[in-house]
Amino acid sequence: MNEVAAELAREEAYTGRPLKRVEDAALLTGRGRFIDDLPSSAGTLHAAILRSPHAHAELVSIDAAEALKMAGVAAVITRKDVTALTRPFTVGVRQPMQHWCLAVDRVRYVGEPVAVVLARDRYLAEDALDAISVEYRPLPPVIDPERAARADAPLLHPDVGANVVSDRSFAYGDPEAAFAEAPHVVGTTIRYPRNSVTPIECFGMIADWRPDDGTYEITTHFQGPFALHPVMALALKVPGTKVRIRTPPDSGGSYGVKQGVVPYAVLMAVAARVAGRPVKWIEDRLEHLSAASSATNRVTRIEAAVAEDGRVTALRYDQLEDCGAYLKAPEPATLYRMHGTLTGAYQIPNLTVRNRVVLTNKTPTGLNRGFGGPQVYYALERLMHRIADELGLDRLEVIRRNLVPKEAMPYRAAAGSLYDSGDYAATVDLAIGEGRLVGLLARREKARKEGRLYGIGFAAVVEPSVSNMGYITTVLTAEEREKAGPKDGAVASATVALDPLGGVSVAVASTPQGQGHRTVLSQVVADVFGLRPEDVSVTVELDTARDAWSIAAGNYSSRFAAAVAGTAHLAAMRLRDRLAPIAAQRLNVPAEEIVFSGGKVAARSNPENSLSFHRLAGASHWSPGTLGDGVDPALRETAFWSPPELAAPDRGDVINSSAAYGFIFDMCGVEVDRDTGKVSIDRYVTAHDAGRLLNPALADGQVRGAFANAVGAAFYEEFAYGEDGRCLNGTFADYLVPTACEVPEPEILHMACPSPFTPLGAKGIGEGNCMSTPVCLANAVADALGVSDIDLPLSPAQVMALIEPNEPPPPHAAAVEAREPGRALSGEGTATIAATPDEIWRAILDPASLARLLPGCERLEAIDENTYAADVTVRVGPVTGRYTARVRLSELQPPHSLRLDGDGGGTLGTGSGTAWIVLQPADGSTRIEYRWEAEAGGKVAAVGGRMLESAARLLIRQMLQRLEVGAAPAAKRPWWRKHLPLGKGR
Amino acid sequence: MPRLKAGQRHEVAFTLNGVAVRGEAEPRMLLTDFLRHVIGVTGTHVGCEHGVCGACTIRLDGVATRGCLLFAVQVAGRDVKTVEGLGGSDGRLSPLQEAFRRNHALQCGFCTAGILMSLDDFLEKNPSPTEPEVREVLSGHLCRCTGYTGIVRAALETAKGNADA
Repeated sequence: MNEVAAELAREEAYTGRPLKRVEDAALLTGRGRFIDDLPSSAGTLHAAILRSPHAHAELVSIDAAEALKMAGVAAVITRKDVTALTRPFTVGVRQPMQHWCLAVDRVRYVGEPVAVVLARDRYLAEDALDAISVEYRPLPPVIDPERAARADAPLLHPDVGANVVSDRSFAYGDPEAAFAEAPHVVGTTIRYPRNSVTPIECFGMIADWRPDDGTYEITTHFQGPFALHPVMALALKVPGTKVRIRTPPDSGGSYGVKQGVVPYAVLMAVAARVAGRPVKWIEDRLEHLSAASSATNRVTRIEAAVAEDGRVTALRYDQLEDCGAYLKAPEPATLYRMHGTLTGAYQIPNLTVRNRVVLTNKTPTGLNRGFGGPQVYYALERLMHRIADELGLDRLEVIRRNLVPKEAMPYRAAAGSLYDSGDYAATVDLAIGEGRLVGLLARREKARKEGRLYGIGFAAVVEPSVSNMGYITTVLTAEEREKAGPKDGAVASATVALDPLGGVSVAVASTPQGQGHRTVLSQVVADVFGLRPEDVSVTVELDTARDAWSIAAGNYSSRFAAAVAGTAHLAAMRLRDRLAPIAAQRLNVPAEEIVFSGGKVAARSNPENSLSFHRLAGASHWSPGTLGDGVDPALRETAFWSPPELAAPDRGDVINSSAAYGFIFDMCGVEVDRDTGKVSIDRYVTAHDAGRLLNPALADGQVRGAFANAVGAAFYEEFAYGEDGRCLNGTFADYLVPTACEVPEPEILHMACPSPFTPLGAKGIGEGNCMSTPVCLANAVADALGVSDIDLPLSPAQVMALIEPNEPPPPHAAAVEAREPGRALSGEGTATIAATPDEIWRAILDPASLARLLPGCERLEAIDENTYAADVTVRVGPVTGRYTARVRLSELQPPHSLRLDGDGGGTLGTGSGTAWIVLQPADGSTRIEYRWEAEAGGKVAAVGGRMLESAARLLIRQMLQRLEVGAAPAAKRPWWRKHLPLGKGR
Repeated sequence: MPRLKAGQRHEVAFTLNGVAVRGEAEPRMLLTDFLRHVIGVTGTHVGCEHGVCGACTIRLDGVATRGCLLFAVQVAGRDVKTVEGLGGSDGRLSPLQEAFRRNHALQCGFCTAGILMSLDDFLEKNPSPTEPEVREVLSGHLCRCTGYTGIVRAALETAKGNADA
């Protein structure tokens, strides 16, 4: 550390300066190289994926014959291809669960891939999706995690035998005694919603198969962790060396999400092999929002044993984690990433935890910025506010009394995290200081005097970075772990090389997604050699066949500054140590005398005695013979580094889940509009201790980005599902992401306690606000409204329900019970038609005329008495799609009443509906009374949800118009009659 | 209006960043796909194809427009400006681009081209905007990386720089 500190304190040090980014010139001029910008070879096929419109159904049959006849279509990939060429993905718990890259026997979420069309271009590929006919046998879905955990719930994986796929309990210290002795027990239950920091660039890849040596080559913006590389190789049934992953130079954001390309990489690799040609796939936004990935939703019951003074002596967690339809590797990592850190920023010696993982018919979950932190801290920091409220203490005082003191660092938290450094109390003081808290209190007092709803929130959060690859194995029992062999560490790698003209280049296994890694690495390495950052070239494209990497490689768990940049520093130092003896020889001084500075290498005592860095650096290329005995050439150094503190979980499940632990204290003031429920952020202060900042401008950029993501999570973002599992937000008009009008500028403060455990003293900073900000804002809203139970997202409707408790939303428990779903759409109406009931009856019962009655009906064929198969084209708003439907007439009371059922599926998804029709004679005409219910799933529900009701009413209107035209004798039909008096829909 | 046939390619001639170009497109081809994959200028990005995220924004006859909501054939005979046309011909960054760089107004850079094109149009028509006006214009764009702070600053700084010059 001392050496590093001295290094960084040098006058010319670039590390620590807010330099402009080397990445920007290309990105600002349209010369970025994102996956869809890369050239692809002639003959490359374009893929389009057919996806399930059902949340849960048996896959009965797939017929692609018609699609294969279409122009430009080269192949259709189905389950028979993937069962022949792949294996199901490895699962992180010991359960017989089969997750293939393409649905095999069942579909388990809306959007699950069912088939892939490969065609000359994407347009033709999408055309052909419509021609694939798939028969599904729908099964009852289960969406709510609490219901899914019950014994009578529909079962997703019959082989597993339960939807709860993991149930582990842990105890640290003596929690039972602490709870028994505590004068107070305070608890709360949290339902944390599903959301995702959706990148603006969707998934994309180009896959190829080299039959000559049996290698799959996949270029994709995979962000790691590269522990998933073996998962891909195992799924593809080839050795790891036969799966070559390359990353493009640029990636349009990830925030963890692009970990989710893995199943698609396997799918497209198989597609390329079957087609014998390269395959390119670019995901679209509907696919991304409905099926790419999501953070977990979680139900948490948390309780604290509390002393009279507000000190917490024990915590009890009961967490129910919803991972969606499959446990996709590395899940259930979201649940265990925070395991060692469950006591947060507090000195709480006793802890008990029950962790259950449940599967539901929703999109499988994966990495997402904050990864487990938002869920844990929402529960813990809501609890800290409630402890103060229930004991009548000051909220900030309760936080302060429990903080881990500076003197205790490095501090071993109850479940095992080793907090490396920090002065939490001083960071709190920094945040509230300079009148910031006093000012907030005054603003609240003034607002309240004026009758406005104003609240203040706090949150104290420990931000873990550089994940221990072993933490996920805490989900296994000690015996299971013993059998599987230990997993631990967080290997980072970096290579620094010198070229013949003395240029310096750096390569790291880090796969950045926009954070500016090239800029920071050039600063760090330039300092080692006494060069300028522009003298150092940095490459961040990774090629698993050529670059140094290990399973922890990648861009996640905020590992760049703490691990990767530090490892690049180590590699550069090693290369410098090799250069020094060569320089010593040439300058005729001892190696210890050599200094690297200002582009020169010189003798410390006589700076005139020097040579240019470039000349020295090229020496090992041009004249290795002159180096002399015992002096090794200096050409290239690769360093691997893993923090020794990261051991595997011990027999008592104690786990140090990360290498470095930053600290954040957030404080905010919000105002709630009592008429609309809209929350405005008045002030937001966020104080960070991320150790040494390598580039403060980029560090602040990370804070602002995470803060904006958190504002979205707090107020707008939720993946909403219908009770039948349909996706309700397939566009950014439905899944709301905050814009420049909704994101205020937070006041960012820094405290620097360097980590003793990382090479440069840096700790992660990129995820913290995703953990601290949602709960800080919720605490402020709870304070403003004087409520104790509050869940996200705090949309105006949700907030209004808290302001107006007389109109509460249906209680959660009732929503869980009411599972026999009322259909989403319904209506009723009347119409008068100039025909007799008998004439109308005949028109409906005659297949030829029934076909004319149904709008968009292209074919109607009797398959049974009063049951028909029909092809129907339906238009909802801007989307048109074909349904293959079954239409059935029943409860026939001629010519008085009947019931009409229809259900079908097609390119737009699924739909079903029932209409009850009563015919009343009325003066030579007929009065028709009707009532209908309908529901829709799949694409139409996700994209056109807002238009469904008007579309349904339009269809009914058309049907009635046709009925009049079809049934009434020509003489009775008023020729001018275009519109019918229709009843109102409900 | 020429009559176009589905399934047939039609020649589309237009001006791109001041230069006459032509290419062939079926009537259903989106302008974004045409620019990126037929003409070969990939600076315009596609983020949603629903007209919401703003990444694909270009200027059509000077007006900031969503490229994903236009068909290629709609730009026949018209003037299209994309991010590639913002800087000087000598490769120098425009004042707005330079301000983006100075203010760290981008991270991954995927949404950036669309934001630059909207601001290019906006600042031309509103040389001295207020911060709320800038935020209002930016509300037509989604950025997940920056929290918008740097973008707002860059726009205001560019306006101020233009006024001072």
